Amino acid sequence: MASTASSSVMTITAPHDKSGTRFVPRADAAHRPFTFYLLAAFFVAYVLFLYGPMLCMYVLSFQGPQGALSFPMRGVSTYWFQQLWEGTNGDVAGAVKRSLPLAVVVMAVTVVFSVAAGLGFRSRVKGSTAIFYGVVVSLTAPGYVLGIGIGLMFNLLGWQTHWLSSALGAQLSWTLPFGVLITFAVFGRFDPAYEEAARDLGATPAQTLRMVVLPILLPGIIAIALFGFTLSYDEFARTLQTTGASNTVPIEIWSMTQNVTSPSIYALGTVTTGISFLIIGSALGSIFWIQRRRLVKGALE
Amino acid sequence: MQTATPDRAFSTPAASIDARGGLALAGVTKRYADGPAAVDRIDLQIEAGTYCCLLGPSGCGKTTMLRMIAGHETPSAGAILIDGKNVVGLSPSERGTAMMFQNYALFPHLSVRDNVAFAMRTRGIDKKARLREADKVIEQVQLTALADRMPGQLSGGQQQRVALARAIIMRPKVLLLDEPLSALDEFLRLQMRGELRSMQRMLGITFVHVTHTQLEAIAVADQVVVMERGRIAQSATPHEIYARPQTAYVAHFIGGQNVLRGTVAGTVGHTAMLTGPQTGSFVVNTRAPAAEGQILAFGVRRDRVAVTPLKRELVQASNEARGTVRELEYQGIYMKVTVALHEENPPPFVAFVEERAFFEQPVAVGQDVSCSWASEEAHGLEA
Repeated sequence: MASTASSSVMTITAPHDKSGTRFVPRADAAHRPFTFYLLAAFFVAYVLFLYGPMLCMYVLSFQGPQGALSFPMRGVSTYWFQQLWEGTNGDVAGAVKRSLPLAVVVMAVTVVFSVAAGLGFRSRVKGSTAIFYGVVVSLTAPGYVLGIGIGLMFNLLGWQTHWLSSALGAQLSWTLPFGVLITFAVFGRFDPAYEEAARDLGATPAQTLRMVVLPILLPGIIAIALFGFTLSYDEFARTLQTTGASNTVPIEIWSMTQNVTSPSIYALGTVTTGISFLIIGSALGSIFWIQRRRLVKGALE
Repeated sequence: MQTATPDRAFSTPAASIDARGGLALAGVTKRYADGPAAVDRIDLQIEAGTYCCLLGPSGCGKTTMLRMIAGHETPSAGAILIDGKNVVGLSPSERGTAMMFQNYALFPHLSVRDNVAFAMRTRGIDKKARLREADKVIEQVQLTALADRMPGQLSGGQQQRVALARAIIMRPKVLLLDEPLSALDEFLRLQMRGELRSMQRMLGITFVHVTHTQLEAIAVADQVVVMERGRIAQSATPHEIYARPQTAYVAHFIGGQNVLRGTVAGTVGHTAMLTGPQTGSFVVNTRAPAAEGQILAFGVRRDRVAVTPLKRELVQASNEARGTVRELEYQGIYMKVTVALHEENPPPFVAFVEERAFFEQPVAVGQDVSCSWASEEAHGLEA
């Protein structure tokens, strides 16, 4: 039963978490196959490519006021962060003030419609497979082309492209299929006996949804929200042609790379990464907290 | 419920109006798209306050039947009456039924107390009142110390008690249990089935318990309903089912019987004389007079068979089958003797020989033996 309970929610566990034998050398340690070294080398390269440039960027963003775009550091300061916020090099503050609400709206719409789709798709209606592939196939459409298409469509209809209309639509074409896919994974592990039990105990369909289904699925729903938010906040290809007169953060960064030649651009990278980490951290933290509460609450009391 | 309920005859709905939870099924059928009927024209009566077990192999329709009584499945045809009222189309709470699910389906996000109080929460009873009531029921199942735990922290037996408490808080008339013991280990299974039985006595309501374990059904039930491919094979008291199975299917399924066959040579009333595949003959009691020349199956209880070393000089007696011992299994109380009968395609034949009787006149593996029983132990079986 414990396994049923925990398998119905998203479980996030590090692969080596529970084995106490982690540091015990294998009996055949001296004769590792060559594939081990191959994979190890690949992994080291991966880590270097992922974190090396990011670390350089974070360090360089604290360049002194006289510093340039590359090493060496000429002193340490937060000068370029100030430059950034004062808008010397572009409308970064404005971009953040657009990107954040846009990401929140995308997140909300993605969560509501993905969860609704997940609930609806559990009863197999005619053509549901076709609808499913229709939704998922939009993931394969090249984002940049899709963005141009949406821009064109707005043009044809005589509407102004705007970050909260055309860009919102463009981003949803990206986040909704993702959300639906995650929902299916989450709902696939949801035991329908919970709903039957709720009905048996007198719950109406609305009560079942509110008191049983949504709370049990909450960790999965947070994961969908997280995806919705970060996919929107990072989105570039689809947004480029649809954002209208004012830029979102990724597009502002891109336009800065075209004409800014100061460490401000690194400062911007550091700030946006910080925001992303904050959001991912709080989402994972809340999932962890919910699961911990489910398993350990009684023991703590 | 001490008397056997007639299984084929559907008489009047609910025997007594005062008793709660009298259950009657009339012509209940469940047909899924383009398959054979999962439940096929079932007539069944379960009197109020009865502990009834639906018994059968997987796919026999027992769970479908339970789910139709519970209101989680709609019959394709037929009526389900609880205390004389047709409940088809009503919700579980309108029926006055409650169900205990196979894996308990305890809500993982709610504490034991909140799980138990759930039915009252759906009815809008205020928090204080429902938690007070929940604590009372939790005490009944002796889980007070664990009331604040989450289901994930409980053992299987504790989870089962929570499921029971959650199901009985609204005082249902009928409690439906879907394989309630299958998730438990052997030791707990024995303990929990005793607890279920005493809980049923205490509440005085009807329990309908689905299981595929024969001994479990016989141990707890007042009424055992053996099912076979969507039909009722036999519905009777555990003693009747075990000692006098009606059909070869029931005899095989319940176990404890050797099923043999013979050709009817003559009949006197409800007694038939059979010639067996060996030279001997058998005297068999039948429920209805048998026809001469008919091949009749009959059952002989394994614990009523005597096994003695074969004396070849003797002519084969009536109610005797000869064979060779294949296997001996010591069971403490008795010796399980498996015998290969001396005939073509011998049916499985096992004797449970009481320990003392066995060691007074032991037989060995490979030894030829004579297996015999008294005439009154052989009962004719319907096909």
